[in-house]
Amino acid sequence: MQTSFLDKRGRVFLAVLAGAATLVPLLSLATPAGSALHMPAYLVALFGKYLCFALLALSLDLVWGYCGILSLGHGAFFSLGGYAMGMYLMRQIGPRGVYANPILPDFMVFLNWKELPITWWGFNSFSYAMLMVLLVPGVLAFCFGWFAFRSRVTGVYLSIITQAMTYALLLAFFRNDMGFGGNNGLTDFKDLLGFNIQSDGMRAALFSISAIALGVGYLIARAVTVSKFGKVLIAIRDAESRTRFIGYRVETYKLVVFTLSAMMAGVAGALYVPQVGIINPSEFSPANSIEAVIWVAVGGRGTLVGAALGAVLVNFAKTWFTGALPELWLFALGLLFILVTLFLPKGIVGTLNEITIWPRRNPPQASPHATPAE
Amino acid sequence: MSLAKDNPALTSSVLYLDGVCVSFDGYKALRGLSLTLEPGEMRAIIGPNGAGKTTMMDVITGKTRPDEGEVYFGGLHELTKLDEPSIAELGVGRKFQKPTVFESHTVEDNILLALKAPRGAFSTLFGKAAADQSERIDRILATTRLTDHRARMAADLSHGQKQWLEIGMLLAQDPKLLLVDEPVAGMTDAETAQTAELLREIAKDHSVVVVEHDMTFVRDLGVKVTVLHEGAVLAEGPLDVVSADPRVIEVYLGR
Repeated sequence: MQTSFLDKRGRVFLAVLAGAATLVPLLSLATPAGSALHMPAYLVALFGKYLCFALLALSLDLVWGYCGILSLGHGAFFSLGGYAMGMYLMRQIGPRGVYANPILPDFMVFLNWKELPITWWGFNSFSYAMLMVLLVPGVLAFCFGWFAFRSRVTGVYLSIITQAMTYALLLAFFRNDMGFGGNNGLTDFKDLLGFNIQSDGMRAALFSISAIALGVGYLIARAVTVSKFGKVLIAIRDAESRTRFIGYRVETYKLVVFTLSAMMAGVAGALYVPQVGIINPSEFSPANSIEAVIWVAVGGRGTLVGAALGAVLVNFAKTWFTGALPELWLFALGLLFILVTLFLPKGIVGTLNEITIWPRRNPPQASPHATPAE
Repeated sequence: MSLAKDNPALTSSVLYLDGVCVSFDGYKALRGLSLTLEPGEMRAIIGPNGAGKTTMMDVITGKTRPDEGEVYFGGLHELTKLDEPSIAELGVGRKFQKPTVFESHTVEDNILLALKAPRGAFSTLFGKAAADQSERIDRILATTRLTDHRARMAADLSHGQKQWLEIGMLLAQDPKLLLVDEPVAGMTDAETAQTAELLREIAKDHSVVVVEHDMTFVRDLGVKVTVLHEGAVLAEGPLDVVSADPRVIEVYLGR
């Protein structure tokens, strides 16, 4: 069955992203500060952060929703991408740090280090840093997946070791002698590509870039999932050993999609860091990765758009709750997860699919009502 | 009793098992199982529960590594050294006891995934569909009587239709050897008769091993029967001869 590349839902999603990518900078930059239409910079950064989380959710949906790999450590790939960006931003500070050392970041001067550790070499170059944003999470996911998938670690055992992976990184990055700023992480950023990172223009640009990254991420994920490769992923999710017996190397498929997903998560982290202005080891915390799983579950796994929607909705709720009733947020999150599991097992978008848009017997990705691919 | 030793034409057999032993935590599932299958032959395997029928399938398809013994496919390939995808690629197809199809794919996509084509991640990600692909799918759907159901989700098929879909997937793989585990379990009498017909049709140009409990069905197939008991071959021959064997009656048919 020919599956159209962009269905109606996908086009609406991309249109909303394109609208946001143009409107938000307009509302933020082209309106006077007192105007009712003016969007303050803190809101731009907040929405930009939601988009980064949406990209993380999308990457998680690709492995969990389509291939059945429940990663409870995707926050690690997100954080590594974030650290790579943070290291570039640290090097951009130059002599404007407290200790005014042109090469060494402040925390290294404080630790009495004399020269830049090898891990920091090259991070003064933006293109090198962007390469690392993709490569570091990608290589970690590849090595991790190589051992885990070849040993046929699946299900809850795989989830536990992904959790252990992010926890191990959390502990490692806490250590001062790792050379990544220890407990305090990386912060006090000044410039990105020579532009002031705090400026309204930079905030608006980062927002738009995040929206574009999410759109591109969606297109890549969509292209993967509608291809025959994507059909094999779903086959693995539904009946792994059957897939093996008809001749597919399940571990190779898992490795490819896991690595791709980790790289997408890395990009999300890299866009997140300049918008929140800090990256520290707590980003590796297992709770963060689990929260990302909840976003995907709420939005609807195996739907891509749903994952992004879930991330934005849950984070919007989190912003409201932590402002209004901070001590209740974790209870609300737990309750939300229970309610979704009980009453909306397919998530928001998955449920919408079933009740309104398509009759039960058609697969969500292969609707006969969808218009042909463009 | 080693049948294999009496068989001089080793390379002519499509499947050759000699002295295969498998144990799980001390329990001996197979104790020196030996079996040969000629090209184009269909063989029915019967035996009580725990006789080692499914373990034998696992050994042939690479899921289980035997502790001892040899398994040759087409006289050339030592299957005990290969994993499942490699063995599938050589041309061994397997149908499970419980129908196992890809439930959230359509009937057509199930066949498409099984269709003989490059299995690598790169080819499935970037490759183009073969020109004769839809023609091959049509043919298989017609053979398995699923043409009218091609757009349905596999999850929504009846039990019998799932069994046929799985057989269709086997056909799509175009294997040299088909291993079919209890194809008529849970089927109605009419479905059982149709399945026997389908398998006879398939056996015209494939070698087939069928594991089955249903004696009517085995009789319908009308092929040579091998009786397994406690992980080894107890008797072999036409069903009438085998079912007259007092040892077979004792362990299996008499119960």
